Amino acid sequence: MPTTLSNPLALIAELTHRCPLHCVYCSNPLELRSRTNELPTEIWTRVFKEAAAAGALQADFTGGEPLARPDIVELVRAARSAGLYVNLITSGLPLDETKLAALVEAGLDHFQLSFQGAREETANEISGTKSHAQKLRVLDWLRHHRVAVTLNFVIHRRNIDQLEEMLALAESSCATRIEFANVQYYGWAFANRENLLPTREQLNRSVEFLKREQERLQGKIRIEFVVPDYYAKYPKPCMGGWGRKLMLITPSGDALPCHAAQVIPGLSFENVKDRGLREIWEQSAAFQKFRGEDWMQQPCKTCDRREQDFGGCRCQALLLAGDAAATDPVCSLAPLRPKVDAILAAANLAPVSVGAGLAPPAADPLTPPAWLYRPNPS
Amino acid sequence: MPPELNSRPLLAPGCRLGENNQQRVLLMPERALRLNGPSLEIVERCDGKHTVQQIILDLQKIYSKAEPQKVEQDILGYLTLLQKERALDFESGAPL
Repeated sequence: MPTTLSNPLALIAELTHRCPLHCVYCSNPLELRSRTNELPTEIWTRVFKEAAAAGALQADFTGGEPLARPDIVELVRAARSAGLYVNLITSGLPLDETKLAALVEAGLDHFQLSFQGAREETANEISGTKSHAQKLRVLDWLRHHRVAVTLNFVIHRRNIDQLEEMLALAESSCATRIEFANVQYYGWAFANRENLLPTREQLNRSVEFLKREQERLQGKIRIEFVVPDYYAKYPKPCMGGWGRKLMLITPSGDALPCHAAQVIPGLSFENVKDRGLREIWEQSAAFQKFRGEDWMQQPCKTCDRREQDFGGCRCQALLLAGDAAATDPVCSLAPLRPKVDAILAAANLAPVSVGAGLAPPAADPLTPPAWLYRPNPS
Repeated sequence: MPPELNSRPLLAPGCRLGENNQQRVLLMPERALRLNGPSLEIVERCDGKHTVQQIILDLQKIYSKAEPQKVEQDILGYLTLLQKERALDFESGAPL
């Protein structure tokens, strides 16, 4: 083991795959785990202690819908007692005022409320549920609690033209952060990609708009923006580098270097039921596999940017190039970049079917696409 | 815009001091800042009671060997950075 191995900075705790929403871009794997496979409270509690001991500062509670866990308040308390900063990434659906107060009292630091759009019709279509009104109620309750509030908007072709309304929603609330994260194409989003990928014109407009707004709202609301990396010149430093900063634990306890790592054939994952977190971080074959530079191919191997973006995303390399060790094909230097360009060309030719609310052209009413919705595992 | 001298900075909701392996840190949404020496002295005083002016005077005393003007500039710069991170609220008017 190199002695320079860094500590994990954050633990991503996928507490459950159960979720009342059916979002068409869900980052969960296509094969969802059922409730019977979920880790019990005691093991999560141990994992939080081990994560803090290994140097982690933050725990991100996510899922599925983390509030689907009946022990969620206990889990928040356990993570906070272990010394972690506790983020909850939630749809806000299975929540009432009493539960919210209990979560804050247990030590919740940061409440990230996901929205599927600024308009009820679009939001409900994307989430495959009637969920928007409840989210607005939760946003209102949050005013009464001392907790950081972020609004998370996942951005795509059908709602990227609504950023102004989304920002207005944030400004009228107690949120101090807003995340506009363009869909990244894995799992469910990969399956629905052609209906999600924005056009270049849409993207350029949104970037210009958000630059202005970032300036205007400085010190009031922090705006984060994640571009769809298919349009980028260089790949994203996925997860801050494989096995460098983040560790994800699945509902059943598998320790992964990233959300989508299970799509990579030949990787085997260790489980927190069998081994301590620090040992897994340092020794697990899956974490070693793409750590450092030895695995890199050309052009990454000799590229000046290899310590900035770490060759991009391994799962994307697998999905687009069929080889997890290839240069991320979104990179303009990648041999397979023409494949991404072809996908973009098709997306820019297809008509934009905007979300409900904006009047569609009268002569050619556009119907919602045939989404592949994510199911709720039992 | 640098903060006003008579305003009282207070850590925003969801921003707090933490510690890991003897390293003090400012924990905030999706981020953490290492705090050492002056940065820790400043953040510890962002309690809604100290004014920016008081923080400057305190640190000029602690770091009496440094040029007072430089201390003031550094503090205003650091508070501006924290404000951009959205880690501070600034209270004005009479102390709480």
